[in-house]
Amino acid sequence: MGKYIEMIRIRFLMMLAYRTNYYSGILIYSINIGAYYFLWSAIYGGKENIQGLSITQMTTYIAVAWMARAFYFNNIDREIAMEIKEGKVAVEMVRPYPYLNMKMMQGLGEGIFRLLFFSVPGMIIVALVFPIELSTNASTWLLFFLSITFSFIINTQINLLAGIATFFLFNNDGLIRAKRVVIDLFSGLILPLSFYPMWAQNVMSYLPFQGISYIPSMIFTEGFKGSQIYEALLNQAIWSLLLIIPVYGLWILAKRQLVVQGG
Amino acid sequence: MQNIIDVQGLKKEFKSFSSRSGLKGAFRDLFTRNYTIKTAVDDISFTIKKGEMVGYIGENGAGKSTSIKMLTGILTPTDGKIVVNGMNPHKEREKFVKTIGVVFGQRSQLWWDIAVQESFRLLKKIYNVPDQQYEEHMKDVIETLDIGPLLDKPVRKLSLGQRMRCELAAALIHNPPLLFLDEPTIGLDVLVKLRIREFLKRINEKYGTTILLTTHDLSDIEALCERVVMLDEGKIIYDGPLKELRENWAEGKQIQFQFSEEATLEELQHLTQEHLVVWEKGESDLVWVASVEADETVISGVIGKVTAAKKIADLKILEISTEEIIRNIYVEGAVRHG
Ligand SMILES: Nc1ncnc2c1ncn2[C@@H]1O[C@H](COP(=O)(O)OP(=O)(O)OP(=O)(O)O)[C@@H](O)[C@H]1O
Ligand SMILES: [Mg+2]
Repeated sequence: MGKYIEMIRIRFLMMLAYRTNYYSGILIYSINIGAYYFLWSAIYGGKENIQGLSITQMTTYIAVAWMARAFYFNNIDREIAMEIKEGKVAVEMVRPYPYLNMKMMQGLGEGIFRLLFFSVPGMIIVALVFPIELSTNASTWLLFFLSITFSFIINTQINLLAGIATFFLFNNDGLIRAKRVVIDLFSGLILPLSFYPMWAQNVMSYLPFQGISYIPSMIFTEGFKGSQIYEALLNQAIWSLLLIIPVYGLWILAKRQLVVQGG
Repeated sequence: MQNIIDVQGLKKEFKSFSSRSGLKGAFRDLFTRNYTIKTAVDDISFTIKKGEMVGYIGENGAGKSTSIKMLTGILTPTDGKIVVNGMNPHKEREKFVKTIGVVFGQRSQLWWDIAVQESFRLLKKIYNVPDQQYEEHMKDVIETLDIGPLLDKPVRKLSLGQRMRCELAAALIHNPPLLFLDEPTIGLDVLVKLRIREFLKRINEKYGTTILLTTHDLSDIEALCERVVMLDEGKIIYDGPLKELRENWAEGKQIQFQFSEEATLEELQHLTQEHLVVWEKGESDLVWVASVEADETVISGVIGKVTAAKKIADLKILEISTEEIIRNIYVEGAVRHG
């Protein structure tokens, strides 16, 4: 356990060393949120609500979806790909820890850093500029944090899958990029899933992506009520467990045919 | 004594895929791919006992790094049996790697962006080293390698020699009984090399650490290893004491004469005609080198004949250097056994 906490701490320190990179990030996210806000204002026109969401809920949804993204998003797929291509996995393999768990912890260190130095100040700025409704209900916050923890787990497991694929494809930049687009689209980051046509919603209910962004954002904006919340959390929990199977399966295959590049 | 490393019939094949040319070729590659099989390590067997320092040498591409990667559990062997520290490295990887230390000269295992001591702290946690043991052991390591002043610098700001000393310290945080070093002295200056050698000798004496080391610098081997294992194209061509290798190969001796008057080849050949001597001109007109058999009567005979006839200013008997011996072996590609 100690080694995992230490790894989170180290990653946090590394991020801190490059914190200036993140100030521009806050600006970019704010601009994104602003653009969507104006787009949605135009779409709503005079309407009270669309698909059960009011304009304020919609703005809050967009803001919280982007800020949550800062937490669950990480680059460990790229990192794994790079470590494989440059032969750095050799060093990882002579360390007495499970490689994938350690990568996950590094992602967590990154996520916690961004949550504190990016999402919190970002949310304050956005809340000052746009009409956003932050819940005053403590249990909503609690459920939201539980939910983004699952988001992190699901998203990270998908990243691990994409990263490990490098063992087989060697050059999988394309795959990683495609994965990113799919997640942004199908997770409900750009558009709440309730806005998709029914058949698409049906398809997506069988995929893990809604657990990444749609569920936590709906919980936060109180778009989900009562048992809907618990069903959604259960869905996330099931996916978090289910994805362990392909991740470990692929990893076992990958280790068997690991080839380290370079002398 | 017990075997720390036991390797039987170890083999590693690499499949390398080649791409066909052109669009049509790329399309065909989608279905069937051409590949060639390269045998990097070809059926090698050896054992290493506790406390030995063994030099693992061979030309570029001989298969040294590949063997080390299999011995440390990074690569799965194609065939053969490996037992290191009583374990199968690949099968019991996590438990196994706690009992070894590894340094890859060409690859850093410290974290690039953070201070050296942060890396050490993380490794201490990873290897679960108790505080007291860490303090005692690392104080000594840090002192001997003289890296105290580097500890608060980020790794990316260190020079190669500084980094390499830190790498070595990092590999020893858990004080492993077995150390693998793949070209640990590559690109280092003489002083740093000396320091690293001293250090390795010291931990070998103090803790009985077993060391397997690859290097292209034979003076490393001469300074540290009594035994060498020599690899060529994936096969072991020599395994034995360095001394014996020298004795079997350095059959000849060279006698270097510095004359105080000019000498000619004909003159010298004439003087030593009853022995088998090859004369070569040295650095100047006055210096001549006679290569002879390592036989006392021949050596004294040649010296006697020459000094009786000509005035000399200096005389040296040279042994053939290990470097030359190894070069000869690489060129011939086989080892003669004595
Ligand atoms: N990933 C790989 N794929 C295909 N062939 C490889 C791979 N790694 C190594 N080889 C081949 O295996 C052989 C042995 O390589 P290895 O790195 O073990 O040599 P080495 O003895 O360490 O050489 P050097 O002294 O140059 O470091 C070489 O011919 C190399 O081309
Ligand atoms: Mg090598």
